[in-house]
Amino acid sequence: MKLERTLALKNLRRKPARTAALVLLSAFLALSVFGGSVVVASLRNGLKSYEARLGADIVAVPYQARTKGTFESILLQGIPGMFYMDEQYYNKICTIEGVEAAAPQFYLASTSAGCCSVPVQIIGFDPEKDFTVQPWIRESFALSLGDGDIIVGSELTVPKDGILTFYDTPCRIVAQLGKTGTGLDTAVYTNMATIKTMMRNAESLGFHYLTDTDPDHAVSSVMIRVANGYDVEAVTGDINVHVRHVEASAAAAMLSSVAGGLKSVSGVIGILVAAIWVLAVVILAIAFAMISHERAKEFAVLRCLGASRRMLCRLLLTEAAFAAFCGAVLGVAAGALIVFPFGNAISTALELPYLMPSALPAAALALGSLLLSALAGALSAAVSAWRVSRSDAGLLLREG
Amino acid sequence: MILRAEKISRRFFRQRKGSNVFYAVKDVTLEIPAGTLTELTGRSGSGKSTLLNMLAGLLEPTEGKVYLDGEDLYALSDISRSRMRNERLGVIPQGQTALHALTVLENVLLPGQMYGNACSEERGVQLLEQVGIAQLQNAYPGELSGGELRRLAIARALALCPGVLLADEPTGDLDDENTRTVLSLLRRSADEGLAVLLVTHEREAARFADRHYRMDSGMLLEEKEH
Repeated sequence: MKLERTLALKNLRRKPARTAALVLLSAFLALSVFGGSVVVASLRNGLKSYEARLGADIVAVPYQARTKGTFESILLQGIPGMFYMDEQYYNKICTIEGVEAAAPQFYLASTSAGCCSVPVQIIGFDPEKDFTVQPWIRESFALSLGDGDIIVGSELTVPKDGILTFYDTPCRIVAQLGKTGTGLDTAVYTNMATIKTMMRNAESLGFHYLTDTDPDHAVSSVMIRVANGYDVEAVTGDINVHVRHVEASAAAAMLSSVAGGLKSVSGVIGILVAAIWVLAVVILAIAFAMISHERAKEFAVLRCLGASRRMLCRLLLTEAAFAAFCGAVLGVAAGALIVFPFGNAISTALELPYLMPSALPAAALALGSLLLSALAGALSAAVSAWRVSRSDAGLLLREG
Repeated sequence: MILRAEKISRRFFRQRKGSNVFYAVKDVTLEIPAGTLTELTGRSGSGKSTLLNMLAGLLEPTEGKVYLDGEDLYALSDISRSRMRNERLGVIPQGQTALHALTVLENVLLPGQMYGNACSEERGVQLLEQVGIAQLQNAYPGELSGGELRRLAIARALALCPGVLLADEPTGDLDDENTRTVLSLLRRSADEGLAVLLVTHEREAARFADRHYRMDSGMLLEEKEH
């Protein structure tokens, strides 16, 4: 094998243009395989994270918010939104049979005006009743939130003094959450008392978000947990029938629409990657066939010097493997430089939850892409290697 | 070391009117003894190179056998036959046959690296000195003239001290001076005990050879002394 390695490397080095073409083809292949697999993995992670962060069996919002898709825009794309309903709807929901727990949330969108540090979605929750936000917050902040305390999403920049102001309400950042890949990464969390204070200050600054409801008796959404033994769909139906002006949706149904989008995007990416892989294998196979044809006499000479058929086969495969491996490393590196720094842009373009894999799974994807690209290189050279090893050196030499 | 062909033939198929079978070599029996230079001449297409390739273990005869010191070459597996060719036969193929990715010296050392019978660098340089191109040892084949390339091929064929040297038109398209140099090298190899077969069109070769054969339409004819 040492001779094959040495000869392969020397051959590659002495033919830089040919080698560059092979390396570039392999790099393109590895880039598409790695880039595609990272995007698909990020979408899958995003869906899981979305599912985990939703944390409820049913979500109830004012009818208007549901039909406008405002609630999903907040969750998926981080587009700040506000919608309100009277607290009485929350109380009615609590009375529906099968509702084990119900946690109200209050939404407020900050503005880009001087009274607010950044325009974000502010989510207020009741620590006494909440069962969706706090388990997640506990991963970053073990204490309970005091008045004026906020926890910020992973995408927000924490100022040096740790203070963000919303509607002239200075808030102390006590923790920053881990990345979720959803719109919630740009959100701010606080308790009900703090967000109501912000709402009142907004009123006094001239922002009249609530015209017909008392802020102290308003909620934006209700997160519902269904008791054991009850059918989620049936409870959702009961809420929609018995609580007017409220649109309840089973979390599973919300997830399935996201999952549907994810499936189609993943499918398109999968088909594209597979097509590129097959195309690259075909192009590489043609390239290797041309190269081996051009080098037929060289192989015949090696036979004259005593190279066995197997040795010739190994020589061509080793050359292909070197070129494919170098290309794959370049391709994966280039892929990493595209999919990781531009993750947010990809997420925005896809409008789906997008959570990039952490170091270890990303390394596994890189390794898998390297192997798949090397396999493509070996496969594409295999036919030529077999033909070279089967060709009759005597006839080749006779034909010149 | 004796290389012997016993009634070997090589049949080919081709599309043409009438019979589609023709014999490039027909019923050839030939012995190449050690210490002799055997010259094989003939017109183009007479079967000289086909015969040489069969003797080198590169082209299996359709009939007959080739023996190297009594061992049937084509009864061996490809690996064993390749190894035997590497260790005991020196083959100088037709045309420019240097590997262009390797330097002159690396070309000469190459046969020694195939099965671990390493030819030392010292011997490689010595061989290049013998053929008069030692000063070009680090050059690449692209920098060499036609005559220098032929001499390189001879040095490479001799690298592992083979018992038999098979040269296929080693003086083709060389000028007179280079032709004489190459023929002298082959003569010297025979004098050193090698069995040398020289396939050539070169008239001057006869002067260097001990035995003379001519191929005509695949048949081998022994020629008397010139």
